[in-house]
This record gives sequence, structure tokens and C-alpha cells, in this order.
Amino acid sequence: MSMAMKEPLEQPETAKGEKSEVAKSEVAKSENEVVKSEVVKSEKSEVMKNEVAKGEVAKSAVAKSGVKKRDKEKYVVWSGRLLFGLIVLTLWEVLSGRAFNEFWISKPSAIAGRIYEMALSGDLWFHVQITLQEALAGLVIGMAAGTALGVLLASSGIVDRWIYPYMMALYSLPRVALAPLFVVWFGIGMTSKIIMVVTMVIFVAFYNAYEGIRNIDRDLLDMMKTYRATDAQKLRWVILPSITVWVLTSLRLNIGMALIGSVIAELVGANRGLGYYITYSSGMLDTTGVFTGLALIMMIAVVLEQIVIQIERRLLKYR
Amino acid sequence: MEQQKLKLDIRGLTVSYETKNESTLAIEDVNLTVGDGEFVAVVGPSGCGKSTLLKVVSGLLKPAAGTVLLDNEPVRGVPDKVGMVFQNDALLPWKSVLDNVRLPLAIKNVSRAKQIEEASRLIELVGLKGFENFYPKQLSGGMRKRVALARTFAYDPSIYLMDEPFGPLDAQTRVTIGEHFLKMWEKVGKSVLFITHDIEEAITLADRVVVMTKRPGRIKADFKVPFERPRPYYEIRFDPRFSHIQKQVWECLADGN
Repeated sequence: MSMAMKEPLEQPETAKGEKSEVAKSEVAKSENEVVKSEVVKSEKSEVMKNEVAKGEVAKSAVAKSGVKKRDKEKYVVWSGRLLFGLIVLTLWEVLSGRAFNEFWISKPSAIAGRIYEMALSGDLWFHVQITLQEALAGLVIGMAAGTALGVLLASSGIVDRWIYPYMMALYSLPRVALAPLFVVWFGIGMTSKIIMVVTMVIFVAFYNAYEGIRNIDRDLLDMMKTYRATDAQKLRWVILPSITVWVLTSLRLNIGMALIGSVIAELVGANRGLGYYITYSSGMLDTTGVFTGLALIMMIAVVLEQIVIQIERRLLKYR
Repeated sequence: MEQQKLKLDIRGLTVSYETKNESTLAIEDVNLTVGDGEFVAVVGPSGCGKSTLLKVVSGLLKPAAGTVLLDNEPVRGVPDKVGMVFQNDALLPWKSVLDNVRLPLAIKNVSRAKQIEEASRLIELVGLKGFENFYPKQLSGGMRKRVALARTFAYDPSIYLMDEPFGPLDAQTRVTIGEHFLKMWEKVGKSVLFITHDIEEAITLADRVVVMTKRPGRIKADFKVPFERPRPYYEIRFDPRFSHIQKQVWECLADGN
């Protein structure tokens, strides 16, 4: 069967002069106007018969104008952010000791100094690694279990209708209130903290995976059926990519949850970790210590979120 | 007298939909044939069950009564070699144009090198060379349709089932794609069952135009289109016979619907 075509699609459009109408409608339809308007302009050129050349011109024209715009925007955003942060920190530094007693609010320089001290003495890593380990271990277990549960339940038909209301009821429990219970059950070591984190993470992971499965486009599954795809192929091409967005969203939310969970559990009963450090400092009336602990937690959260954002960007570049 | 080999033979097809309290008859006692290499267009008012018809032929829906024979075999589940083109392209948004087009070949476990080779050839065929690494979101509606067509060609089905494939496109793009599709089809020569609400499009493309009634859908009329092939897509509509058929089809549709 030979399907060789001599003329590319664009020529009839040229001949009939309806190209401008086609172009206009194609532009109007697009969300990404930069890409499409450039593409359409190059399509209009009646001189270019070579499809490859058209494609190349379109792509490089798009690339150039797009990059310039994006660079400028990035610069504006980042310099604004930096400036804002510097202003806040400066105000804090200046007001502390003058408008407010340094005891109550500490100051950035004191916090920085404390972090430096802790780094030297090894305390920094000592506490950070505990909290980090608890949060990450709980995050991994909670995400894995929650996602698996969500996928299974959403695919389970009638069992889904039986069990789902219970899951949602458990979700609405303030799990934070379970922290003391976990410490009683599992002691003040890392176990109780990890369990705390798991209970906080598992529900968000479950809900997102569940909704992800329920929101899969039926037409795509029908399409796979018409090509006689196996279940494994449907999973690979449609189901897993469909729920990726949902899972990544739950991951981003859960980083915050994981840190909250481990710190709260540490606040209740621990002998190591950032939450412990905060409680300890507060008991010694050492506000700088408290702020330092909080600052470190914030920094960890930001770093982890950035990692997830990078993962998202790679996995979701089709959006 | 030799019997023309029938690609598709539908007899007494009845399909009903179950909704909350009741079951509605979508199509009733439909009899329709498609010959080997024949292009049959089905027109009818909205909701008359045209899509349902197609879904049963493709094995996605089970009928309440009647038989569907594809190549003289009853249709049970999704048969091999049925190429369906959906109204809303059903492209995988997370895959590039190339990946979308090579999908049917990947499912068939063709070697990856061959997948890419064939997909690239088809992408060029539909006029999208250079766009292999674009994502559906970056393409216009017309371009997405072309990707969907390329994908269906990759599957190389023995019958094309097309459910208002050019539906969401604007009038001009529709004409362009219709022409392009016709040129490609005339070289391929496989059977086509084509649903559309656009009567002109139906007459321009098809060998026969079948008219369905409103729900519950039945076959009301079956018009033979006398034009030869290859057909000049634009000019054919100014052929005097064209408006004659057009009138007949319109009147048939309007009458009692």
C-alpha cells in the first residue's frame, strides 16, 4: 500500500487564498499564541515549499522571541523577590533592640551566628538529620501506601463505595492530636515521629491518587481499546501518566505535611531533632534558638519543594 | 450473479442505553452495509444514534439485538483491524506528536526503529513534518486532527470508523483537511463508515449517503453518489448533480424529523 503524496498539505491553502482565514482561526484557537502565530506566519509564506525549512524557520523564530521575553520576566521576578527579602530582613535587624526588645524577636544576625555555631559544633547536622530522616521516611512510606491505596480503591468497583466514606471520615480527624498517643505507643525515638508523618501524608496521597484515577479521560481508554492494547499498555500509556499530575501535587503538599508531622511529634516528646531543639530552646528562654529552629525548618521545606518543582517540570512539560 | 463482498453487514441492530430509571432506545432495527473499499457517510439529526452505531461496530458497545458482521465474522469485543477516529481526537496530551502516531505500532510490538520510521513517514504525509516533538497542546485543532489521522493510518485498519472527525474544526480547516483526507483515502482504498452532520461534506467524500431518523435512529434513506473518482474536492460541489443530491438529502432529513 503506497500512500506517497506529491504535494504537502499547505499548497491547496495557498492556491485558494483561504490561508489567512485558516491562519486566523488557528491563532484564535490557541492558548500558546507565540508559538502558533509564528507557525502560521511561516505557513503563509508562499515561497517556502519545503516543509522542513518551514519547520526550522518557525522553531527558531519562536525560540528567539520567546527566550528574550522569558529572560526579562525572570530577571524582574527574581530581583523583586530578592529585594523584598532583603527589606524584611533589614527591618527585622534594625528594629530588634530598638523598637522591640531583642529577647522577644531575636534578629537575623543572631540567628545566622547561632547557625554558624551549631555547624561548627556538629549540633546542626545532629538535629537536622533526625528531623530530615523522619520526614523523608514518613513521606516515602505515606506516599507509597496512600497512592497505592487510592489507585486500588478507585479501581475496585463496589468495594470503593463501601470503604470510601470511612477514608474521608478518617481524613477529617485532626491527626495532629494523635501525636501524644503515638509517643505513648512508640516512645520518643524516631518511630513515633515517622508514624506521625505517615498518618499525615497518607490521606492526601490517597485522595489525590483516587481522584486521579476517577478523572482519567474515558475516551483515551476507549481509544486504547480500539487498538487492542493490553492492560499493561493501558497502564503505561494512559493510566500512570494521567495520575502523575495528581501524585506530584500530593507530593508538593505532603512535603509541608511531613515536616509539620515530624516537628510536632518532636515537640511532644523527643530527645533529638529540630522540633526537640525548639522545645529545648523555648524551655531555656532562648528565643534565638527557637527562631533558629524555625528558620532551619523553613529552609529545608523550601529546598525540598524546589526539588519537587524540578521533577514536576520535567515530568509535566507537556502542559 | 456475483455477490459483492461485504466488508460490514449490519442487520436489525438495536441498541438501548440504561439511564437512572429507564432504558432509552438509541437505535432500532438498523440495516446497513458497507462494501469492500466503499466510503459510506451517515448523516442525521443530533442525538439520532450515529455515534452509538459506530461504537457497536467497533465493539465498544454491546447491542440489545441484531447482528454486526465484519468480514463475515460476528463482532465480539473489539475486532482486530478496526480504526476508529474520534470526535475529539483522543490524543495523549503527555506524549509528543511522534509518540502519539507510533502508539498503535508500539501496541503491536513492532520494533522501535520501525515505529519511528513509519510514524515519521505518516507525519510527513499529513503535512506535519517538523512538528514531531511538539505536544498536542501546542498545536491547533486542525493539526491535532491530522495527528489523529496519521495515527489511524499507522494502525492500517481494514475499515475506518470515523465519528464526526472534522466536527470541532472551523469551516475552512474542515475543507482543507477533508480534501487532504480524500486524496489519501483514494490511494489507500479501504472501507470507511463516516459520520457527519455536514451534508456537503458527506456528498463530497462518500460513495453512498445514508440518512438516519431522529431517536430511536433507523435508516431512512440510502442515496448513491454518482461522482467518479478521483474527485476534485472543491470543484465537485459545483457539478449540477451535486445540488440535486444535496436537495434530496436535505428534504429527506427535514421531512418528519
